[in-house]
Amino acid sequence: MATVHMVVNGREVSGEVEGRTLLSDFLRNGLKLTGTHIGCDTSQCGACVVHVNGKAIKSCTMFALEASDSTVTTIEGMANEDGSLGIVQQAFQDHHGLQCGFCTPGMVMSAAALLSENLTPGEAEIRDYLEGNICRCTGYQNIVKAIQGAAEELAA
Amino acid sequence: MPRDQGIGASSARREDVRFLTGNGRYTDDFNVHGQKYVHFLRSDVAHGRIRSVNTLAAAAMPGVIAVFTGEDLEGIGGLPCGWLVTDRHGEPMNEPGHPVLAVGKVRHVGDPIAAVVADSVAEASDAAEAIEVDIEELPAVINMAAALEGGSLVHDEIGTNLCYDWGFVEDSREAVDAAIAEAEHVTSLELVNNRLVANAMEPRVALGDYNASNDESTLYTTSQNPHVIRLLMGAFVLQIPEHKLRVVAPDVGGGFGSKIFHYAEEAFCTLASRRLRVPVKWTASRSEAFVTDAHGRDHVTKIDLALSKDGKFKAIRTSTLANLGAYLSTFSTSVPTWLHGTLMAGNYTTPLVYVNVRAVFTNTVPVDAYRGAGRPEATFQLERVIDKAARELGIDPVEIRRRNFVQPDQFPYATPVALEYDTGNYPATMDKLVEIADLDGFAARAEESASRGRLRGLGVNCYIEACGIAPSNLVGQLGARAGLYESATVRVNATGSVTVMTGCHSHGQSHETTFPQVVSDMLGIDEGQINVLHGDTANAPMGMGTYGSRSIAVGGSAIVRATEKIVAKAKRIAAHLMEASADDIEFADGVFSVAGTDKSVAWGDVCLTAYVPHNYPLDKLEPGLEETAFYDPANFTFPAGAYACEVEVDTDTGAVEICSFAAADDFGNVINPMIVDGQVHGGIAQGVGQALREHAIYDSNGQLLTGSYMDYAMPRADDLPSLVVDHSCQTPCTHNPLGVKGCGEAGAIGSPPTVVNAVIDALQRGGYDVDHIDMPLSPSRVWEAING
Amino acid sequence: MYSFEFERPTTIDDAVAALSRSGAQVIAGGQTLIPTLKNRLASPDVLVSLGAISELRGISVSSGSVVVGAATTHAEVAHSAAEAFPALSGLANNIGDPAVRNRGTVGGSIANNDPSACYPAAALATGATIITNSRRIAADDFFLGIFETALDEDELITSVEFPIPAAANYQKFEQPASRFALVGAFVSRFDTCVRVAITGAADSGVFRWSEAEKALTASFSPDSLAGLSVEADDMISDVHGSQAYRTNLVAVMTRRAVAAC
Repeated sequence: MATVHMVVNGREVSGEVEGRTLLSDFLRNGLKLTGTHIGCDTSQCGACVVHVNGKAIKSCTMFALEASDSTVTTIEGMANEDGSLGIVQQAFQDHHGLQCGFCTPGMVMSAAALLSENLTPGEAEIRDYLEGNICRCTGYQNIVKAIQGAAEELAA
Repeated sequence: MPRDQGIGASSARREDVRFLTGNGRYTDDFNVHGQKYVHFLRSDVAHGRIRSVNTLAAAAMPGVIAVFTGEDLEGIGGLPCGWLVTDRHGEPMNEPGHPVLAVGKVRHVGDPIAAVVADSVAEASDAAEAIEVDIEELPAVINMAAALEGGSLVHDEIGTNLCYDWGFVEDSREAVDAAIAEAEHVTSLELVNNRLVANAMEPRVALGDYNASNDESTLYTTSQNPHVIRLLMGAFVLQIPEHKLRVVAPDVGGGFGSKIFHYAEEAFCTLASRRLRVPVKWTASRSEAFVTDAHGRDHVTKIDLALSKDGKFKAIRTSTLANLGAYLSTFSTSVPTWLHGTLMAGNYTTPLVYVNVRAVFTNTVPVDAYRGAGRPEATFQLERVIDKAARELGIDPVEIRRRNFVQPDQFPYATPVALEYDTGNYPATMDKLVEIADLDGFAARAEESASRGRLRGLGVNCYIEACGIAPSNLVGQLGARAGLYESATVRVNATGSVTVMTGCHSHGQSHETTFPQVVSDMLGIDEGQINVLHGDTANAPMGMGTYGSRSIAVGGSAIVRATEKIVAKAKRIAAHLMEASADDIEFADGVFSVAGTDKSVAWGDVCLTAYVPHNYPLDKLEPGLEETAFYDPANFTFPAGAYACEVEVDTDTGAVEICSFAAADDFGNVINPMIVDGQVHGGIAQGVGQALREHAIYDSNGQLLTGSYMDYAMPRADDLPSLVVDHSCQTPCTHNPLGVKGCGEAGAIGSPPTVVNAVIDALQRGGYDVDHIDMPLSPSRVWEAING
Repeated sequence: MYSFEFERPTTIDDAVAALSRSGAQVIAGGQTLIPTLKNRLASPDVLVSLGAISELRGISVSSGSVVVGAATTHAEVAHSAAEAFPALSGLANNIGDPAVRNRGTVGGSIANNDPSACYPAAALATGATIITNSRRIAADDFFLGIFETALDEDELITSVEFPIPAAANYQKFEQPASRFALVGAFVSRFDTCVRVAITGAADSGVFRWSEAEKALTASFSPDSLAGLSVEADDMISDVHGSQAYRTNLVAVMTRRAVAAC
């Protein structure tokens, strides 16, 4: 076992982990941040996407120890300080960008990462960026609309 | 003007906030103090005789609590099948057993041989590797035709791999044969409806928690129908009476049919928790899901369509081999029969139809309902053969359909396959499609595609589906071993807010939003004053759950009935308060008034009176304001629609791009248009996935070659265009109180033939003599067809 | 996943030392290795992470070449090589998905030599040099067959030097599920020669299509490829495409790459 320290959603945390403990396991089981989901075991579905040092990564394909001393943001850290939905989250609700909600945390984290790189993504760019996030419910249409809506909101 | 509340409003989903903030509670998010973890050792061969299973070494491994094999479960019932099909000779289907853990034989890759319960997942997995299994491998039967021609037997005790040979309607068999023999034109097609994996994004989870102090078990599970699981598992597998068994299906991450069924892992975790006196949890990996979740579709069909030279349909004869896999999953037997054969008339007036289905056991994962369940299989073959016939007869594909539509004035319309369509307007949905898909502009778009070296094709088709399977007394005659009603309890609280408890289950359907819209309209109170509880047998009355697009049509109707009872009782209370006769009480916008007077009393006052009955007719009326209703529909509902798709084919690579997709649906009345749009989008995406990408492929040894997302191609965001959906054509259902039909499966039913028709159209326009390609139309298959 | 010890050295020397331990294995971005570990298809005793070694990261561009540190992510290559070597940047920008590109590394891809990976095609088609802690290996000598390379057990790729061709293009036809290359063709036109490398297609892994190179060196035009074909018997056949199909894709993707140069 080794001790890992990181800042998660603005809070300094530490915990004992094994070498094989994935970041997703540490978040879900160690920190009880169960918003990060596990939908596959081949790094394809993207339900586990979080930000490490500002970059979207698949937390099921990174060891917790690799995130030592990093800044991590999960879906639980995306709301405004007063607890209200952040812009990207609100856009997902406004545009009905989720149904069962299971892929949603990863989708929101990927969407936020895209918008941090590109404030005016076109539809094709959005669809391309979501290549690593699988949704089985929405046909992606309203997710795309939500991200377009969030982009407009952020630009305003 | 769009409404901002109630029926017809695009109310924002109240579920969303918890899902968007990471506060959803899915089954894997539940952890009970002291819980242990299960790892199932699963067969890696498709068919074999178990010589021995030695668990001694595994049991001694660190952290291991217990190891179970099939022998340890002696006396435990098998997993039951919920629908008895009677074959064309009047004999019951063959119904072999389905043990919780394999006994004697393994019958598919993924069949559980043993289960290790340990302190951690890793320790359980480590110990499972130490189990010594000696299996005599037997030849696997994978191909259905071979399975019926003397391949080895999946179930030795029944002496055949045939489950049933079903004919429908058997009495019309000879007449159909004669009509086809005498027809002016017959179009025939052999096709495969490809095997799929539902792939809800949340893998299945089961957590059994036994409380010895009161002998009660709780099962947390990823289910679309917790009451059904409680009944099946309690009564048939574990012999636990309902009052000692609670089943909780909390937030569930999609189902698409695959979470209807009662699975071995649910029974095992419940049983192991009782035996070991510790909570026992299992969480599937995606790889495990691929070889344990029931698969969908997998039909091989030959269809003959007899027509007059002017394109009038005279008769349909269809013969299908349906793969059931290695065991009978819960509703597997109903899918190729009653959910499939009854839809073979489609939207058309074909007078004669005969459907034959032979259902076959193979050494593959069990096959059961997947979004649409039987209806996509019917629609696909019918709409493909119609398209081929139109080409052969030189009739426009839209026109040939129009010539055969059941006309609006023919409803109610009795089909030759036992259904009575209550209402519909197929010409209207086709007109709408022509408009929203801009079919008139196709030629110009095809020319533009050609200028870029691409072949453009247009596919159109229609579909009809039957939702809200019912009524119970009829389905009972057809072999269903369950009722198909739905339940609701409407609990008005003392201060006037309302809690609705439904037997339906929402795993993406948005019931927490739409059901309050209905109640809000009926009670004239704000939607925000109403909440919905579901997914827990401890708080909702016995219900049948959510599948088959039934929730609003059946569950919504139950809510209406319960709310009507509430209003009736509230009127009696209001009458008492205003010293009037209940017959004179009017109720609108949350206010009770006495007709013809200015006397009124508000909703909240009536509610408070019900619970603080100081001034109350206690001699005539019970206090409280809570009502339960069970609704058993008089008939199915029949959503229908017309779809169009345009594709571009890259003939160098065989790649197909969907350029546009338009859907004109008739769902009857619509509660929340935004949510209905979303349901259609998702259905179309799954249908496009089936048409172009998804395929569960077994090799001849029974190994699943597409057992992960590395090889099973899920539709991604960049595989789809922006979809045009419309549900403004509305012919309300005539027999339920909301006039609703259901919308969940439509997209998955209507879209596969649309896409295939479009690709074939493109190739034909390009001069290629290709009249069919089996799904999925992957690049390699399209290229092989072009160059074959 | 089996248990293992996790080491996270901060220098190349420490990493090499760690790799000499029994049962030690390198983990770079882990985007292939971690799924492999999850499925218990590998059982290292020690995993040596390269994630904390800053000297392995970064890109330097000179007039004739791009040198990429082994632990540089695909996203960083996509960004930093965009001007100097657009074909390489484009290749990097189409590997996996954005989250994978933020973790996966050049060195990891090249050392793994997955038969469907993109980077081996770039290395082979540019005549790259794979630089390790102990030597320089020409790409032509490096890729020895699927998942096999010239690397010794405790040898570590430190950087890869890609010569910048006068013109280059990579065309990838994606396997529909994994989005790896079903067939990828990297074409590099240098002043004196043309190199063509094909990934995804062959049983033996990435390879140079010498017949096409010869024809294109003589005349750099899609038409020069007319009638040329790789040997179908050498191609992979699986659920995503037959040998004939892959043979066709090799020709089509190469033609398109030439046209796009």
